Amino acid sequence: MREMIVSELSQALHEMARGFAHLLPRIIVMLILAALGWVIAYVVKVVLRSILRLVKFDKLSENAGASQLLSKAALPSPTEVLSRFVFWIAWLGFILLGVSVLGILGLQEQVARFFLFLPRLFVAMFIMFFGLLAASFFSRAALLAAVNANVPSPRVLSLAVRSIIIVFVLSIVFEELGLAEQTMLVAFGIAFGALMLGLAIAFGMGGRDLARRFLEKKIVRGKKEENEDELSPL
Amino acid sequence: MAEESYLTDDFLRQLMNVGEVDILIGLPTHNNVKTVGSVVHTIQSGILRGFPRERAVIINADGGSRDGTPELVTGVSIDDMRASNLHALRTLHSISTKYASSPRPADAFRTILAAAELLRPKACVVMSPESANIEPEWLSKLLRPIFDDGFDLVTPTYRRHKFEGLLITNLLYPMTRALYGLRIREAYSPEFGFSGRLGSQFLGQNAWNDETEGAGVELRFTLAAIAGKYRICQSFLGDKDRVERHAVDLVPALRQTAGALFSALEPDFPVWSVVTGSQPAPTTGSDQEVLLETLRVNRKRLREMFLAGIAELESVFQSILSPSTLAELQRIAHLGEEEFRYPAELWVRTIYEFAASYQKSVISRDHIVQALAPLFRGRMFTFLTENRNASAVGVEKNIEDLCLEFERLKPHLLELWKSRE
Repeated sequence: MREMIVSELSQALHEMARGFAHLLPRIIVMLILAALGWVIAYVVKVVLRSILRLVKFDKLSENAGASQLLSKAALPSPTEVLSRFVFWIAWLGFILLGVSVLGILGLQEQVARFFLFLPRLFVAMFIMFFGLLAASFFSRAALLAAVNANVPSPRVLSLAVRSIIIVFVLSIVFEELGLAEQTMLVAFGIAFGALMLGLAIAFGMGGRDLARRFLEKKIVRGKKEENEDELSPL
Repeated sequence: MAEESYLTDDFLRQLMNVGEVDILIGLPTHNNVKTVGSVVHTIQSGILRGFPRERAVIINADGGSRDGTPELVTGVSIDDMRASNLHALRTLHSISTKYASSPRPADAFRTILAAAELLRPKACVVMSPESANIEPEWLSKLLRPIFDDGFDLVTPTYRRHKFEGLLITNLLYPMTRALYGLRIREAYSPEFGFSGRLGSQFLGQNAWNDETEGAGVELRFTLAAIAGKYRICQSFLGDKDRVERHAVDLVPALRQTAGALFSALEPDFPVWSVVTGSQPAPTTGSDQEVLLETLRVNRKRLREMFLAGIAELESVFQSILSPSTLAELQRIAHLGEEEFRYPAELWVRTIYEFAASYQKSVISRDHIVQALAPLFRGRMFTFLTENRNASAVGVEKNIEDLCLEFERLKPHLLELWKSRE
């Protein structure tokens, strides 16, 4: 009996030692991958930061309105944020690659899903950034055109243009990320509908007097200015 | 001869039939059927009177007219001149080409220059198809300095009302004078004469497809002539046509003048950065004549649009202007109508900061130019107020003072330029 227990124990110890001996190289590989990943991720971060500085990414982000958002959240410059983000994603990718080497069944599936999600994350970020840029550009264009055409409430017009573009961009981003697609679809429908209805009510009710004054001004001035000379700037 | 590929086969055939010429008259058109007939008649008359022995051709570059303008240009017969007792000793050709289906002044000018490159004229002139005041003598006035005196560019001067062309008198003339050092009154004009070699040099510049989309090509041509140290003079033509324009036309006008000038400053930096002071350009006839007749102008609206611009575009101005300039603009915006003044020094600082921001592309360059419109209206208000009762001499003095202010503050622009990063 005693011999049997000793034999079982020693067998278990042997199994454990064999298992550990089998796992040890994988752990070492994981650690090497993590260390190598850190070095590669760091190099990627430095290179990316230089490229972003070279292409004046901060200025581009300022135009898109992203810089203002980051500074309000007490975060560093967009170049720094993006560089750090890429560093962590790259390093995390290497760590997960190392974890998958361990051969733990449940983890491997999660790691695969993470790698499948990465391209969608980058595409979503890309869409978000250029969407913000487009929103900023077109809202400013609307503001300038409205001011120069002497249209009343140019800032409302500009804000409406910005809001519509951002709502569109957000809906595309969430769809790309595959986050609560149904909820987002309904939310987008409600938000967009509400925006349009709000604009219609605002224009019809709130802007009634403004529209009347505008038209009166146009018509009355049109008559008054019949006798006034337009100056040619050239 | 790479520009040959830019021209259509049919147009090339027409040019080959013409052969070499002494004078080339460029006429860019787009739906100008109402005026172009009389303009072509006047051109023909001007050539027959001033250059009867020279071989001449009228090149019509049309931007897709649908009213029969090109047919009218080529159909105007020189025989019609016989009634005026004018006879040509050489053939006066008139040919037309459609360079695009929509008008684009830069493409029209490029077509004219490409034709000149092939026909090798001694002198060329571009005429406006809309001018109601054009006289046959204008041809001689724009061509003779090139023919006889070896000048490369002849820009016009006009007799204008003191309140016409305020963009020229308050921005373009003083700024080009201060930066490039030559006093050209009308650096942007629809009528000008130039030598074949200047045309050829400008044609070779690779600046036809830049971000300004060719706006203000006439101004760029003048600036290229100054930067290239070509011989330039001015010639007094007479009354400037008073074109009725609405207030909304200001933005395109700013693109053609301020936008074109700002965009030229970057490549021309080595030229203008070393210039100090300014020299008068040789001028035939009067430098500038001012009309003083009474005009009814809605000054109040100009000020209102300035105030609206200051209030609504604050975020845009924060990107373009320095905090001190913006604060000063906001201060004057709070002044009452009687006290309101947009002083020359502040105006010059504003323009220089716009030029530097344009170079740095702090926001879209076209947006920078558009943002200048309400500020220019404020400056117009001040100019109209200050010169309401001024004599011709008084108006000229005020313009001269503004020019000197542009020259005095040039180091400010250089400073802004050098702090580009």
